[in-house]
Amino acid sequence: MKEETVIKVAGLTKAFGDFTAVNKISFHVRKGEIFGFLGANGAGKTTAMKMLIGISAPSSGSANVAGFDVYTQTENIKKSIGYMSQKFALYDDLTVKENIRFFGGIYGLSKDRISQKSNLLIEELGLEKVANSLVGSLPLGWKQKIAFSVSLLHDPKIVFLDEPTGGVDPITRRQFWEMIYKAANNGTTIFVTTHYMDEAEYCDRVSIMVDGTIEALDTPKNLKSHFGSDSMNDVFLKLARS
Amino acid sequence: MSIRIDHISKSYGKVNALDNISIDVDQGELFGLIGPDGAGKTTLFRILTTLLLPDLGSASVAGYDIVADFKSIRKQVGYMPGRFSLYQDLTVEENLHFFATIFGTTIAENYDLIKDIYIQIEPFKNRRAGKLSGGMKQKLALSCALIHKPKVLFLDEPTTGVDPVSRKEFWEMLKRLQDKGITILVSTPYMDEAALCDRIALIQDGKILEIDTPKAIVEHYPKPIFDVGAHNTYLLIEKLNAYAHKHSVFPFGEYIHYTDQRDGFDPLDLREYLKKEGLRNIHIERTKATIEDTFMELAKQ
Repeated sequence: MKEETVIKVAGLTKAFGDFTAVNKISFHVRKGEIFGFLGANGAGKTTAMKMLIGISAPSSGSANVAGFDVYTQTENIKKSIGYMSQKFALYDDLTVKENIRFFGGIYGLSKDRISQKSNLLIEELGLEKVANSLVGSLPLGWKQKIAFSVSLLHDPKIVFLDEPTGGVDPITRRQFWEMIYKAANNGTTIFVTTHYMDEAEYCDRVSIMVDGTIEALDTPKNLKSHFGSDSMNDVFLKLARS
Repeated sequence: MSIRIDHISKSYGKVNALDNISIDVDQGELFGLIGPDGAGKTTLFRILTTLLLPDLGSASVAGYDIVADFKSIRKQVGYMPGRFSLYQDLTVEENLHFFATIFGTTIAENYDLIKDIYIQIEPFKNRRAGKLSGGMKQKLALSCALIHKPKVLFLDEPTTGVDPVSRKEFWEMLKRLQDKGITILVSTPYMDEAALCDRIALIQDGKILEIDTPKAIVEHYPKPIFDVGAHNTYLLIEKLNAYAHKHSVFPFGEYIHYTDQRDGFDPLDLREYLKKEGLRNIHIERTKATIEDTFMELAKQ
């Protein structure tokens, strides 16, 4: 069986004036893979991700996301992916149900489908008691779990997660990763950034960006053996400090 | 005693942000408040820096009472809040000058204390603070919190959202400040940073779970703990959770950390079970508990 590739990136570059934020990066991501996209602050992760989700045009190079081109088919890309970040995920001033209805509507789901998905999501996360509470009143960990489920509402091929677990308590952080595993097991591709190096170990493959280029890309196991390290934290420190 | 916190409670409406908290921090100690978002860490900082009154209990900082002597405390402490709170429209140098002036001192007078840190951002001293990168903002904020030579330094989540390299550098700076005799109370959601503190308090939902040295805290972990791995992690988690004798199952980097309910647990039993459930490449090995294991065990109860 041939493995399906859902993200193809070749020589992708983004320059702002004299500054090259992303410098000729190339990689492939397979369907159902959990792909960790790591790097220090300012290494170019966010810039690269913005190009992949179709909200920033590359300066040069090519990228194909969920079968669509990042130059010409950005609207198709946006319909085929889910996105959540630590900074923005849900509207605090809307209830859980209202958020689901809002995002369902944005993604073009029918009324019936939204209500069906909404009930399913509330049941799966055990949110019956807070379904009509404002999202702003919920603990961060709950919000992030709901936001992840909402990003999956329209059954996207790929979900982009930008530091989804920052500041979340350790138990909820693990429940969050169990949700990620489940989604990946159902064939959804996960593209995730994190500063928790133990989370890097949960990924199938990990890339590490340093100053705009990808300095390493492999399974956590191979990276550790290649760098003679016993943890991803150590691999990261060796690469990013050199 | 540099910081004495005596049965402090604080609630916002129905939410108990802090519930009967007592901590003593020694002179020159690097003390960590370890807990997730919403644990009550920021509320405690705001009470100790005299920005908020507790509902119950008392506290003193550098020998001064937080209510009666609040003005003295403000002169003696440095505070770096979680949210960047310098003046974005002032330059790096202007910010530092401003903070030195309100504390009645000059940059020159205490330059020794901040030199190590400030020297790294000095090339950008004419840049507006709002235009700095995250790591540079953090260094400027720390310089400003130190410019009046405080006896006690309060740092509220200084490393949240910061990459591992910058986090490591930040902790190296803290160690050097500690060597200069400054008492430091620092909070973090990163459990791996706990190991760098002299003592820590694990805190969740406004309650203290445990206070001790990082070493003692992991030694108190009540059960033998095992690394478990197999060809399919998702399936492994599912099957471990379904195992009748499991006590806890938590993904931990490359492996799953597993503990069993039984006293005389034999890993071979688990191996047999997993084999029957269709898992391959099974790896089971005794491992050491970490601060995070302890935190989760305590938080579960």
